[in-house]
Amino acid sequence: MFGKLTLDAIPFHEPIIMAAGAMIVLGGLAVAALLTVTHRWKWLWTEYLTSVDHKKIGIMYIVLALVMLLRGFADAAMMRTQQAVAVGPEQGFFPPHHYDQVFTAHGVIMILFVAMPFLVGLMNIVVPLQIGARDVALPFLNSLSFWLTAAGMLLTNMSLVIGEFAKTGWVAYPPLSELQFSPDVGVDYYIWALQISGLGTLLTGVNFFVTILRMRAPGMGYMNLPIFTWTALCTNTLIIVAFPILTVTLALLGLDRYLGMHFFTNDLGGNAMMYVNLFWAWGHPEVYILVLPAFGVFSEVTATFSEKRLFGYRYMVWALIAITVLSFIVWLHHFFTMGSGANVNAFFGISTMVIAIPTGVKVFNWLFTMYRGRVHFTPPMLWTIGFIITFSIGGMTGVLLSMPGADFVLHNSLFLVAHFHNVLIGGALFGYFAGLNYWFPKAFGFKLNERLGRWSFWCWLVGFYIAFMPLYILGFMGMTRRLQHYDNPEWQIYLIVAAAGAAVIAVGIGLMILQLFVSIRDRDLNRDYTGDPWNGRTLEWSVASPPPFYNFAQVPHVHGIDTWASMKAAGETVRVPDHYEDIHMPRNTAVGLVMGGFTLVLGFALVWHIWWMAGVGLLGAVAALIVRAMDDDTHYTVPAETVARIAKHQNLMAERG
Amino acid sequence: MAVLDPKGEVGMNERALILGTTGWMLLVVIPVIVMTIAFAWWFRASNARSRYTPEWAHSKRLEAVLWGIPTVIVVVMAITAWQSTHALDPYKPLKHEAKPIEVEVVALDWKWLFIYPEQGIATVNEIAFPVDVPVAFDVTSDSVMNSFFIPRLGSQIYAMAGMKTELHLIANEVGDYDGMSANYSGRGFPGMRFTARAMSQEAFDAWVAKVKAAPQRLDAASYPALAAPSEYNPVAYYGGVTPGLFGDLIHKYRGGPKSHGQE
Repeated sequence: MFGKLTLDAIPFHEPIIMAAGAMIVLGGLAVAALLTVTHRWKWLWTEYLTSVDHKKIGIMYIVLALVMLLRGFADAAMMRTQQAVAVGPEQGFFPPHHYDQVFTAHGVIMILFVAMPFLVGLMNIVVPLQIGARDVALPFLNSLSFWLTAAGMLLTNMSLVIGEFAKTGWVAYPPLSELQFSPDVGVDYYIWALQISGLGTLLTGVNFFVTILRMRAPGMGYMNLPIFTWTALCTNTLIIVAFPILTVTLALLGLDRYLGMHFFTNDLGGNAMMYVNLFWAWGHPEVYILVLPAFGVFSEVTATFSEKRLFGYRYMVWALIAITVLSFIVWLHHFFTMGSGANVNAFFGISTMVIAIPTGVKVFNWLFTMYRGRVHFTPPMLWTIGFIITFSIGGMTGVLLSMPGADFVLHNSLFLVAHFHNVLIGGALFGYFAGLNYWFPKAFGFKLNERLGRWSFWCWLVGFYIAFMPLYILGFMGMTRRLQHYDNPEWQIYLIVAAAGAAVIAVGIGLMILQLFVSIRDRDLNRDYTGDPWNGRTLEWSVASPPPFYNFAQVPHVHGIDTWASMKAAGETVRVPDHYEDIHMPRNTAVGLVMGGFTLVLGFALVWHIWWMAGVGLLGAVAALIVRAMDDDTHYTVPAETVARIAKHQNLMAERG
Repeated sequence: MAVLDPKGEVGMNERALILGTTGWMLLVVIPVIVMTIAFAWWFRASNARSRYTPEWAHSKRLEAVLWGIPTVIVVVMAITAWQSTHALDPYKPLKHEAKPIEVEVVALDWKWLFIYPEQGIATVNEIAFPVDVPVAFDVTSDSVMNSFFIPRLGSQIYAMAGMKTELHLIANEVGDYDGMSANYSGRGFPGMRFTARAMSQEAFDAWVAKVKAAPQRLDAASYPALAAPSEYNPVAYYGGVTPGLFGDLIHKYRGGPKSHGQE
């Protein structure tokens, strides 16, 4: 009846896991109670859960990312604690069975349920506004993408209390991830969580690719695209090309595990090296999927807070395109030590180094955007300056690792761990935080508290260096990654320092939460009535904060880059058009939510081999899609008078502000 | 710092490569960091003395320099990469007068089996070899993927079932060096450590004699007990070993359905 699922799947004997589970339940109850007391259930349902408005969906993505950041960081804190004590006779707090799940979950969650939803959230909020569109090309699909991502996220987190997660590392290399060596459900949770959320990501990629290609305001040619939108275009191109590889790879692994096939097994013609190649053929472009939008944020932020045009826009675009293309011919640098010949290793080493050229150019162009500008040290700009310095170091260690001869001794060491945290925290995450501080007033109509934002930044920056510089040293000392326990007492002091660094980052996260709380409490003091709180340069700042649901009462005409800056220079900032028109908008729908729910049921059933339940999940999701396809009444018209009334109200607010 | 204080020629060349490459990159990274701080500070909005040119956003000459600097750095590094990757190819035998010692390495759950085909002995979690004599490792796995790594001697190489990888190392200084798996392989992974003992030729001969004297034999009968999963294995010696065992361990995965039937 319930497949492999029995009561034994719940780890009652593990106090740490049960406490974490209890906290999740209590947290959920607290949120539910708050919603009930404030009579906000209906509001939540109509304004967010069933919304197809890209701004609302973007906010939900970022909330998901921030919540998962707490989970992923809790995993990190556990690892740092464990390694700070588990030396010699001490076994620390976590046995291998638990520790190995923790580092696997940490990697999966941070990359797929923090970084991905964060950048997709930022794209959702910003891209349609930057290109003068009223929504994305496929608003329902956008809602479905979010709910598939949420389903994958929930599935991953269910493994915490029902069964277990994979103990394979986030790459899940076979043969370790095959049934022979991992007979429990952990790898199955991994496979289905990634398949479901990966489908959501792929649909997002298609959606935004089409949106940017087809929905730009008249006059906005490709060399007039705001730079963040350019990075979004490149990232979505990468998603469309790379994510199907992941889907196929995991499908093959799934066939091995579920139907006894032998794609990656040791025997019967299976070849694990094939998985390693396929995984990184997705995995390396994935790194650029994560970091390119952050580059876009830094470009926007540097220009705005230097009160200057972005230096070398054209070259920035070409550098982006170069990175996008090159990111597909470097994957082998993740396994120089697998025994490829010297010619192959040298080719992939050099192709990796070549990426440093366009990346270096981008760094220089940010520097020369500040040069002869007027730099304002707002939180987004602080994140940007912190990024340039940190990323230069991370880039350097990355190029060092691309040298096969150096990689032979540094591969899989803590040096490698330090390097990719250096670029993923110092590059991608800092960028998302800059973007959060920068576009928050656009999404919500009030600014985030700057002082707490600065404190949070400094804790993150200092904490990052304290936490990760020792890992570089440990790599040179020969310490490999994923060690639940070690015997070398010389390593311990560095691991204790690293744990202290993690504590400083924890303070940074705490200040970030405080910043959100204080900003929301004091929102009336920080209202943005103008819609343009930073003296911005691109079209998203030409509309009110938050923008009306249709974004633009009248679609703007674009001449050249930085349209809003030139409109302001020409004094064309009045938001009252000569006439208002009827606007065609998509209706809210719960179908995305319902499909996401059924998909979650499907994934859970597949993990536990509960075949009847898998049938229910699959049929439910397909039925919901058919219902949606039969529905012709998916749009409605906003009459011109309504648009006029909203616009007048917002202009009134702007004047008062 | 094991990697930066190598005890063998391969590791020394790799250290030189790491330091040289890092130094070369610092030539651009340090100026970038200094410029970041200097530009941000000098052009701060409150500094009335700094120039402000809001429309200055393009300069062909400057852009040529900005592309030129990283290009020059990368071209030099690419040449180094090509040469060093060929020189340090783990499959390439080391140029040396002495005849290399052959060691066959098998990664098991979760210990290392070492077979000395010439000496007819096998050990678990300990290897020995004379200093200043190249060691030719043939590496495979009879389980999941691992990586065979002695940080003080240099390169690592993956150990994979059904496949043989090769690695050539040398120790130029007497000493006991830590060895490990550098690729996570499951719950016993942290205990998958061994000692690599570089010693004088006489000491090595004595070590071989000691192992040879061990009563245990490694053959089809005793191998399954060794291969069964175990954690934090103590060192073990086998005074004799069935010839061709290493090859058999690889071939049992390559025979297709037939070998499956034999299991």
